[in-house]
Amino acid sequence: MVAALRRLLPHLLPHLLPHAALALGAGVMLLPFYWMVLTSIRPPAEIFNVSLWPIPESFAGLANYARAASQAPMARFMLNGVIVCAGILVVQVLTAVPAAYALAKLKFPGRRLLLTLVIAALCVPIQALALPLFVGLAKAQLLNTYFAQMAPFFLSVFAIFLFRQSFRSYPDEVIEAARLDGFTEMEICWGLVMRGSLPALAAFSVFSIVAHWNDLYWPMIVVSDTALAPPPLGMLLFSDAESGADYGALMAGAAIVTAPMVLCFLIARRHFIAGITMTGVK
Amino acid sequence: MTPQSLDLVGIGKSFDGADVLENIDLAIRPGEFLSLVGASGCGKSTLLRIIAGLETPDRGSVAIGGRDVTEADPSDRNIAMVFQSYALYPHMSVRQNIATPLRMRRLPLAARLPVIGRLVPGLGATRREIASAVEDAAEALQIRPLLDRKPAQLSGGQRQRVALARALVRAPAAFLMDEPLSNLDAKLRAHMREELAGLHRRLGATFVYVTHDQIEAMTMSDRVALMEAGRILQLGTPAELYERPASLSVARFIGTPAMNLLPVEIDGAGRISGLGRDLGLEAPQGKRGPATLGLRPEDLRFVANGSPARILRTEHHGADRYVTLEILDRSAPTLTLRQRADEEPIPGADGTVALGFHAGRAHLFGADGARLVLRARRQVAA
Repeated sequence: MVAALRRLLPHLLPHLLPHAALALGAGVMLLPFYWMVLTSIRPPAEIFNVSLWPIPESFAGLANYARAASQAPMARFMLNGVIVCAGILVVQVLTAVPAAYALAKLKFPGRRLLLTLVIAALCVPIQALALPLFVGLAKAQLLNTYFAQMAPFFLSVFAIFLFRQSFRSYPDEVIEAARLDGFTEMEICWGLVMRGSLPALAAFSVFSIVAHWNDLYWPMIVVSDTALAPPPLGMLLFSDAESGADYGALMAGAAIVTAPMVLCFLIARRHFIAGITMTGVK
Repeated sequence: MTPQSLDLVGIGKSFDGADVLENIDLAIRPGEFLSLVGASGCGKSTLLRIIAGLETPDRGSVAIGGRDVTEADPSDRNIAMVFQSYALYPHMSVRQNIATPLRMRRLPLAARLPVIGRLVPGLGATRREIASAVEDAAEALQIRPLLDRKPAQLSGGQRQRVALARALVRAPAAFLMDEPLSNLDAKLRAHMREELAGLHRRLGATFVYVTHDQIEAMTMSDRVALMEAGRILQLGTPAELYERPASLSVARFIGTPAMNLLPVEIDGAGRISGLGRDLGLEAPQGKRGPATLGLRPEDLRFVANGSPARILRTEHHGADRYVTLEILDRSAPTLTLRQRADEEPIPGADGTVALGFHAGRAHLFGADGARLVLRARRQVAA
């Protein structure tokens, strides 16, 4: 048995090593989440215990989650998150898909330049635009609205680029057949080309929803009203005002707001991975 | 729909400064099966796409049935196109694929929307007509059992039939086909050739067929337009192209095995010499100098008294036999001779034979490649 293992080991090792390295990386990525869940079920006395042992000496999960749910308007935060994420995603898709179709499949002067601009715009971080956007929204009396939380993200160059990469592989002859059959360009764009790129839509939806559900930076700038706060900002306001140093309840709240994202990824996982590998965007 | 004529006048097109089509004039008669044939890059597909409206010509005009459509959208030209890749809509069933051209023409936009489209009232009769037209087209191409499948579940030949049914269902003014058979295997291709020719006879519609395969062009067409480098070299019936090629390029392209081409000389009196002797041929209008003599493989023959040659190889093709020969003592290219399999090859002493040709069927091309008039002083020349 041992002898057989010793003989096999040199063959197995090249396969095992990469997996071991990846497992280590995954462990590092997951550790904060594990810590969050762990803290959310520990009583205050055990919060600063550095042990990673999953079972606390006294189980305080129910109390923590109950406090999180009762002291903070969790449902309100979640609803705000859903409204903001859905609003952003819908407008992003509505604007990016026709733009990506034009860049991928239509011939017009300036196409290369526009594509270059899209790629260049990928390099501009939101922080660089925060001040003019804030001033603009403030002048328009739009601070403390859902619109202010969504507007800067309506045009996603990342979405344009991702969909363009995906649309490019759609066969030209099918589009030409559709033109001969009398399809309008919008029908071709949505009914044929977008239809053939559903994995890319799934991948982008996960990217977009996760990014904006977890976004703290922008809501913090434009929203001060708790009734409009999305989950992360809500958690922040909640921790400041109500809980003080109640880390157990805070982590319970964080676990609650993270759960929909994990669920969202698990549902779209297969399409998400297909979309990423298909479009060559990482 | 009565078959329509297609008239192309002075069509020119260039891509990135390179001329793809130069001044093409082509009048396609109603109900005609016309093939555009040529090597890849000769502009034949571009020409077809200009007829379809998928490309806009830089110069010239396109008319369908006498109506100028140069500026018209592809969908306003009432033509159907069959693509090399078949271009079926991947997410639709075969039935929906075939119905699409009719749905797009007969149903308003609202009624074409998914799900809610069904709620648009007053279109029951139209929908029933479309459904029955789909059934008829499927019947004509024997694909009724496939109607509820998706294109991905079909073989290449079946997809081809669906693409044809989709073209057929709208009764177009003309059918445009862009290498529709080149993705099929050899046996199926021969079969589909017959079916296409049969379909053309039954419908009596105008067909424009693009192919690089001269056999497809020669077997199905009423007329063939042979293209090279953006120009039509010759337009004629398959027999005309084969028997009277207008230029050396046409002679080279048409015919398998290819025409034998021999370098010859025309002297001051118009007499033609080649293979080191007077060939007994005259070129009344030919200029003095080098020229090319073209001989079809079936016009070469073994004679009692001719140019000595050696048999290099014999290929058996069922009814025919192709014999590859080398002229002795001359630096002439190897020649291919075709004879019926039931003819005995004439074995010469030590494998050499005497080779002659049917002088009345020889072709002469000048140094510029243009066809020259040829007169034979005797029937079989050596």
